[in-house]
This record gives sequence, C-alpha cells and structure tokens, in this order.
Amino acid sequence: MTADVELDGVTVRFGDFTAVENANLRIKEGEFFSFLGPSGCGKTTILRTISGFIDPSEGAVRIGGKDMRGIGANKRPTALIFQSLALFPMMSVADNIGYGLRVRGISKSIRQKKIDELLNLVALGDQGAKKVDELSGGQRQRVAIARALAVEPQVLLLDEPLSALDLKLRQHMRNELRAIQKRVGITFIYITHDQGEALTMSDRIAVMNRGRIEQVGDGRSVYDAPRTAFVASFVGENNAITGFITEAAEDYAVIEGKLGQFRGTNPLGLKKGACATLFVRPEALRFGAPENPIAATTREIAYEGNLTHVGLRAVDGSHLTVLLGAGEIPPVMDAQASFGFDAGRAIILPPQQDG
Amino acid sequence: MQAALGHPFVIALPFAVGLLFWLIAIRERQIGRIQGLSFFQRNGTAVGLFLIVAVAFWAVFMIVLPQLFMVEMSFRPKLPPSAMGGPRDVYTLQNYHYFLFGSATSSAEWNVVHIRAFWLTIIASILVTLGNFLLCYPLAFYMAQVATAARLRFLLLLLITPYWVNEILRAFAFRVIFSTGGLINKLLMGAGLLSEPIDFLGLDVGMYAGLSYAYLLLMVFPLYNAIENLPKAQIEAARDLGAPWWHIHAFIVMPFAKPGIASGCTLVFMLTSGALAAPLVLGGPRSLWFTPIVYDRFYQAFNWPQGSAYAFILLLTCIAFVLAVMRIGKLSLGEITR
Repeated sequence: MTADVELDGVTVRFGDFTAVENANLRIKEGEFFSFLGPSGCGKTTILRTISGFIDPSEGAVRIGGKDMRGIGANKRPTALIFQSLALFPMMSVADNIGYGLRVRGISKSIRQKKIDELLNLVALGDQGAKKVDELSGGQRQRVAIARALAVEPQVLLLDEPLSALDLKLRQHMRNELRAIQKRVGITFIYITHDQGEALTMSDRIAVMNRGRIEQVGDGRSVYDAPRTAFVASFVGENNAITGFITEAAEDYAVIEGKLGQFRGTNPLGLKKGACATLFVRPEALRFGAPENPIAATTREIAYEGNLTHVGLRAVDGSHLTVLLGAGEIPPVMDAQASFGFDAGRAIILPPQQDG
Repeated sequence: MQAALGHPFVIALPFAVGLLFWLIAIRERQIGRIQGLSFFQRNGTAVGLFLIVAVAFWAVFMIVLPQLFMVEMSFRPKLPPSAMGGPRDVYTLQNYHYFLFGSATSSAEWNVVHIRAFWLTIIASILVTLGNFLLCYPLAFYMAQVATAARLRFLLLLLITPYWVNEILRAFAFRVIFSTGGLINKLLMGAGLLSEPIDFLGLDVGMYAGLSYAYLLLMVFPLYNAIENLPKAQIEAARDLGAPWWHIHAFIVMPFAKPGIASGCTLVFMLTSGALAAPLVLGGPRSLWFTPIVYDRFYQAFNWPQGSAYAFILLLTCIAFVLAVMRIGKLSLGEITR
C-alpha cells in the first residue's frame, strides 16, 4: 500500500531559528520525490517532521489524507533510512531486518519468511546470518533498505543514504534504489544535496534554500526552467551576468551590465529598469556565435574526454565557464576569443535575495 | 605439614609466575608466534625497566603478596606468638571447618549463624546490586542521551559532591535521618501518615539504603559510559520501526550497554558484599552481615587465621558468582574493562 504526503503550511522553529518556513506541497502516492538543497537548508528537518521526530510549529502533515498531529514516529506509516543507516550492531543481518516485525509481535516463522523475501529483494540472499560489521558499505545500505521495507511502510523516507559510499557504488545504488521503488511501488521521499542523484532518480524535485521551498518540478523543468536565481545557480552549473533591464517585452528582455547588452527569455515578466541576473548554461555558450557576443580570454582548459571545460575571464574580470562537446575544437589557451549564446537558452531572473 | 616453609613459598610464588611468563614470552618469540619489536626496543631500556619495576612492585607488593599471605594464614591454627614456628604450627583446615560446623564443643550440626549470615550477605548484595541498577539505569540514560551539556555538568556535580564526605560519616548521617526520632519519621508523622515512628534501622531499611548509596557512582559511571556511545540514530531507528520505549531499552540500549552493565554490577556487587561501614553503623540489632563477623574474627576474637579464612571464603564465592554470571551473559573480562 502507498499513500500521498501533504505539507500544509508547515513551519518548524527551533527557538529563534526558523528551519522550515511555510512549506506547502503535495507528494503523490507512488512518487519518487526528492528534496534538494545545500546543507542547513531545512531538508532534513522536513524529513524528520514527516517521520514524526519533530512536531511542526505551525501547519499540518497529512499522510494518506490523515492529519499526523499527535501521532508518534513509532505509529506512523512511514519508515526512515538514516544517513548513518543506524543498523543495530549487536544483531545479525536477519535480526536487523526482522526487528520491526518482532516489535509488532509477528511469529517467528512468518518473520523468517518475510526476512528471506526481503534478503532476496535486496540481493543479499545468503548473508542473513552475518553480523552487520562483516558487510561492505553497499551491502549495509541494502540491509537498511530491507529493514525499512520490512514494516511495509506506505512512505519510505531516505536521508542522504548514499553519501557515505564511493562514487562507483553511489551510481550503482541510484539505479538500484530506483528499481526497488518501481518494484515495491510505494512513495519514496529522498533527501540529498547532490543534484546528480536528485535529477537521475526523482519523478519530481523540490529545491530548498534557507528553509524555503524555492521550486518544485520534474528534473527537466528544474534544470531548464529555473524560476529563482538560487535554483538557477544551485542546480547544475550556470554563468550569471548581472545588470539592469533596458528593454522588456512579453517573452524577452534585454539586460545591460558591464559586459554589454544581452537578450534572454523573461519568464517572470520583469519590468524595464529592474535589477536582474541573466543565467546561461556553460553548454549554451558557443565559440564564435554571433548572437549576444562576449569578449573573453581563455584561462583554463580542462579536457575530460567526452567534454572539455573552458574557463574564461571576461573583460570586466568576471569568470565564465563554457562546456564543449567531444566534436568541438577548444580555443587556444590565453587567447582572446568571442563567445555567444542563443537568447532562447538564457533566462533573466530577479537577483537572489539575501537574508 | 609443618608451616615453616609457608612464607618463603608465598614470597617466591609471584616471582616464579613472573619468570614463567617471561620464559613463555621468550619461547613464543623463538618459534615466531610473537613478532615485531620487543618490549625494551619499543620503550627504551630506561623506561622499559621503570615500567617493569613499577608495575611489578605495585602488583606484587600491594596486591598479590598481601592476599597470598592472608590465604596462607587461613590454613594455620591460632597460636600464641611463642608457639609460632613450633611443632603445633602445622597447616590445617580447622578455620574452614569452623565456618561450616562451628566449634568442636557446640552441639549444633552446622554453624548456622555464620552460614546464614554468609548467604544473606550474598543474596542481599545481589538485591542491592539489582536495586542500584534499576535506580541508576534511568539516570545514566538521561545523562548520556537526553540531558544538555549544562544539565549534565550539574548532575555530575550533584552526584560527586556527596562522595567528598567520608563513608563512615555518610553512614552516620543516614542513621540520623532514619532513626525513630529522625527526619523521615518526623516528616511522615507531621504529615499525619504515621501515628507512631517506624523503626527503619531495626528493619534494616537504613542499612540497605546506606549500602545502595555507598557504591552508586560505581554503577552510574560505567552505565553512562556505555550508553553514551550508543548513536542516537539507533534509538530513533528503533522507534521509527514501531518499537515502544520499553522495547527500545530492553532490546537496543541494554544489549548495547551490556559491557557497562556488567562492569557496574560487578563493582557494586563485589564492594557491597565486602562493605563494612554501612552494616556496622546502620545494621539493626538483628541483622547479621558477614563482613562484621569477619571483622570480629580479627578484632574481637583476635583470631586472624580464622578471619583470613572467612574473608577468603567470601572473596572466592563472589568471584565464582561474578564469573558464572558473565558466562551466562556471554561476556569476557576484556569487554568489561573496556
């Protein structure tokens, strides 16, 4: 069984500090949903509020339409996978997985059947008798998943569970998590500061900053159509050019800064005279393109095989990054060059608010 | 057997054992079971020598030899100084015989008074230890997992300061509080709960309270240490999986803290069964704790050999009991001292 999760005006305060401010969100049942943000943005607080370890100062958490106020973490239809995994070191793998069932007073034979089932699900078939500390990092990860799934939660909450693994294993576990989610069909709520994880696994992503949800959408819309300066600069790499709007039309606007005048899309309908930032992705900048030209010097060329990263210094001293594909010929080091970009691939947004 | 050879044998014993260990170490190095730097290579000759001499002096002269002399003495008869070393100074089991069967002139089959006091002491010590555990576990858990740093410091101070007062004074203070005209009786009568005072001391309530309090810290600190190492996430994980609070304590916290529990219980049990001040000062007229009996052997009966035998019996029984419990709990000595 699976359930939807609704955050209705959830605010969490610790003393004077507001960790989460007025979060409104509906996570659909069976969805793989991620909260993405830098550390300290309040994403873990949201997760702990959903799981029942923190009570919201204001607002309500509803799971499957039911208000969770006053229902403790041990009574909620959620299961949490901790960042540290928090496996019980004095128990065997099988006892770890069976703990939630033992708490529920389920008989040993049924428990054993369920444990075997789960061990197979996470591909640990014959490891049940081992101690937790005899397993590798990836195997422990899977034990934690099996232990959480054993209690048949309607919502599985994951608090950066892959952060302790090395890169290869992390990429492998991404696919595995996604596959497990498809198989069991329940709602997954995933917390991460790694945009790669969020983009590859999630159906939808909420980008968070300073306790606020900045934008909610699928990976493509968060990456291609950011609606705040924070989202534009946090998700993926982006070049920012600041200035004032000198010309504003329905879809397009022209921004004037120290580097000159540039045209870009104007999704929020900013007015003439407004302070604004134009964002253009490194892969949208093209060597020698005529539109929106920028004069710059190449300062750094990092060849990465399939891609080449080129670092530029513009005439006003600001840094820009260009990403060239395998077929494109990189410019010469320390040479003057002109780069341009398609106005349709640049986005003009209000500058990031501080404080 | 003549006892004249006893003392040289006792003195030679620790050195012989030390020599034996040394020879074993040399042998193991020869056959390659021990590898790496030798003790002197690691520490240097001067420091190495100091360590060996200091530790050996402390262990042999402070701990091993006095105990061995007690054991040796327990097998000798009580003799006037002039007869020591004489023909009557032979090894005998008469002190142990006395513990079990009493004096040769008594008509009773067993030495009921002493045996009963002995077992009462053991059983009461077990109960005091369990009571101490029940009292200290919640406190240690609170200190280790719940309390803020400031509150923890405050609690530690509250726990430690009373122990600046010496043990006998503390026992007398308890006597004052628990006596028929004492604070507790006055309060209870003042509140109208009692019409006449309860004889807490006669009922041994004072003694058990004093015994529990005497070694409280030795229970709190090992428990605190063990529980403090438990990551909070494990408690939360258990709760998240649906465990009620008692289940978390019984199946997550306590198994994790098992070495600390064992070490605290061992310390409290050993020290309680050998406690002297509290039973002596707070014991009621009818209570017969075993340690005052041992004390009396030495200072009232002037029978040091018998006192030694009694003390040795108590020590052996306590060690056997602790080892048995550890065996049942599947714990090793190494884990307890962690």
